Amino acid sequence: MFKNLMEWIEYRLPIMRVANMHAVQYPAPRNMNFWYVFGFLATIVLVNQIVTGIWLTMSFEPSAERAFASVEFIMRDVEYGWILRYMHSTGASAFFIVVYLHMFRGMIYGSYQKPRELLWLFGMFIYLALMAEAFMGYVLPWGQMSYWGAQVIVSLFSAIPVIGPDLVVWIQGDYVISGATLNRFFALHVIALPLVIVILVFLHIVALHEVGSNNPDGTDVKRKKGSLSEDEKTKFKIHEYYTSKYDIIDDIVPFFPHIVLKDLVAFSLFLIAFCYVMFFNPGMGGYFLEHPNFEIANGLKTPEHIFPVWYFTPFYAILKAVPHKLGGVICMFAAIVALALLPWIDRGRVKSWRYRCGLHTWNLIIFAGVFIFLGYLGGTPQEAWKIIASQILTIMYFGFFFLLWIYSKNEKTKPVPARITG
Amino acid sequence: MKKLILVLAFLLPNAVFAAGGGAHLDTANYDLTDKASLQSGAMLFQNYCLGCHQMQYQRYQRAFEDLDVPVELGQANLQFTGEKPGEFIKNGMPADSAAKWFGAPPPDLTLVARVRGADWLYTYLRTFYVDESRPFGVNNLVFPEVGMPHVLQELQGVPSKTTEAHMVDGEMVERYVGIKSDGSGVLSPEEYDTAVLDLVNYLVYTGEPSRLESESIGRWVIVFLLVFFVLIYLLKKEYWRDVH
Repeated sequence: MFKNLMEWIEYRLPIMRVANMHAVQYPAPRNMNFWYVFGFLATIVLVNQIVTGIWLTMSFEPSAERAFASVEFIMRDVEYGWILRYMHSTGASAFFIVVYLHMFRGMIYGSYQKPRELLWLFGMFIYLALMAEAFMGYVLPWGQMSYWGAQVIVSLFSAIPVIGPDLVVWIQGDYVISGATLNRFFALHVIALPLVIVILVFLHIVALHEVGSNNPDGTDVKRKKGSLSEDEKTKFKIHEYYTSKYDIIDDIVPFFPHIVLKDLVAFSLFLIAFCYVMFFNPGMGGYFLEHPNFEIANGLKTPEHIFPVWYFTPFYAILKAVPHKLGGVICMFAAIVALALLPWIDRGRVKSWRYRCGLHTWNLIIFAGVFIFLGYLGGTPQEAWKIIASQILTIMYFGFFFLLWIYSKNEKTKPVPARITG
Repeated sequence: MKKLILVLAFLLPNAVFAAGGGAHLDTANYDLTDKASLQSGAMLFQNYCLGCHQMQYQRYQRAFEDLDVPVELGQANLQFTGEKPGEFIKNGMPADSAAKWFGAPPPDLTLVARVRGADWLYTYLRTFYVDESRPFGVNNLVFPEVGMPHVLQELQGVPSKTTEAHMVDGEMVERYVGIKSDGSGVLSPEEYDTAVLDLVNYLVYTGEPSRLESESIGRWVIVFLLVFFVLIYLLKKEYWRDVH
C-alpha cells in the first residue's frame, strides 16, 4: 500500500531520485575532517532562524512606538517567548561563527580554486546577504544600539559622491532613522533577504554537488571514465548520475549514513555550546546582546560608544582606520570584494595548505589573527594606539591577498598524493 | 596542528569578547532564589523609586507570582493605586513635567539592570555624597553630575566624602577614606548595604523574569545533549569502522 503510494508519487515527482542523488548516494571524500561540518551547521542555524523568526513575527510589532515594548512582551508574556527570542538572537551570532569557520576552511584547503569558483562566489553572496539580514534584524528591537548602529551604517552611503545624501534619505524613508526605516527593515528582514538567502543556499549546494566536494588533500576522487579497474572503484552504492560520468575511486563514503552521522556528532557538540549560551548567558557579556540595546531608542541621546555587533567589528575597524570617509567605505567593501576574488588572486594549482609552501601556511594563520585582532579593535572604545594598530592591520589584511598573488605564480609546492591519505 | 586550530576556533569568540574597563565597581552578590530579598527589594522599589521611575514592561501579577507573594497580600502592600493585578507597574507622573523638573524624564527601570549591570547599580546607590554645587545638593561617584536626588537618604542618612588625618613620614596628611553617613538614617551602614542589595536583586529579576526558569530548563537540556552526543558518537564510530 505505502509502496504503491510512493511509486505513484515518484512517477509524477522525483523525490526519491533527488534525495538519493543529493542526500544519500552522493560521494564524499572519506578524509573530510572537522572543518567540513560548518556548512551543515550553517544550514541548521538557517532553519533555526527561519522557524524562530516566524514565531517571533507573530508577536512583534514593527513600529517605533511598539517595537521595543513588543520584544519585552515576547520576553515576558508570550509562553516560552524568551526561548524563541534567545534562540533567534543566539542563532544570529552562531551563524557568523560557523560561517567564518566555513570560509576559513575554504581558504586553507583551497576550496575556491578551479572548478569551484562559482561555488565560492555564491558563498560570498550568501555572506553579503547574511550581513544585510543581520544588520536589519538588529535594528528591529529598537534599542539604543539598534538606532545608533543603523545611523552609523546608513550614513556610510552618504559618502558616495553626488547621489550620497539623497540615497540615505531614500534608504531611510525619512530624513532621519525613524519608524518608516524600522518598517521597511522589517519587511526586508522577514521576507526579502531570507528568500534571497534560501535561493542562494540552494544554488550553493547545487553547484557543490555538480563539481563535488573538495577535501583536505585536494586530491580529486572523481577520475576519468574507464581509467580505474573494478578493484580501485568504490564499493559503496553511488548514484548513477556520478558513476555514469566518472569512475569514483575507493576513497569515498556515501553522504548517508556516513557523512550525516559525522555531521550529527558535530551538531550535538555545537548544540551543547549553543544551548549553554542560550540558557545561561544569552547576552554573552554584552557581545551577543549589547547592554545599551536594553534601553529604548532615543534620537536625542547618543550612547557613549557606538559599536556594531561583534561579527561586523573587523570591517568596522577597517572603516575607522582610514581617515577619509569615502576612502574608509571603499576599503571596507574592498575587504569583502578581495575575499570574493580569491579564486583569481590565487594563481596556484595546488589546493590544500598541506602541499603548498610554508609561506602560504603562515600567510593564512596571520590573516586569521589579523581578522580577529581587527575585530577586537573595532569592538572596543577608541584609543590613540588603536588607530595606528588598525591602520597597520588593515594593510596586513590586504597584504595577505597581495602576497598570495605574488608567491602563488611560481610556488614551490610538495607533490599532491594520488590517493587520499589518512 | 589540528588540535591547535580546534582550540583557537573555540577561543576565538572569547578572545574577541574579552574587553571591558571603567571605574571601580563593588560586586553585588545578589541571589535570585532569595525570595525574601526580592520581596524586600520590591517593597523598596514601590516606596522609594516608583514615585518617579516606572516599570512599564513589568506586570504586578508576574512579580507577585515569581516572588511568592499572594495576590491579595501583594495588592494590599505593594500595589498602592488599586489597579488590577495584571497592570504594568506605572506611576502618574507626566513625562513632560518630569523632563522640566529633572532635566530629563526619569528612565524606565524595568531593564535597568541589563543596561547598567548589577554591580553598577549596587555601587551607584551607595555612592551619593553631599555636594552643595548640585541642584539637589548631592552628587554621585559612578554617575557624576547626576540629576537625581538621594532618595534613600531617609535610610542611609546624609552621606559625605570623608577624610581622616594620618601621620605619613612625620607629617599629618588628610587621606580620603570613602563615603560615610552622618548616622541620621534609620539603617546602619551594614543594613543599608543589604537593603540596596535587595533592591538590586529585584531590579535584576525584573530585567529578565525568565532567568531562573531558563537555567533550570537549560541544565536538563545540556544533560540530554551529553547523552545524545555519546550515543551519536558511538553510532558514527560503528558505521565508520570499516572505512580505512
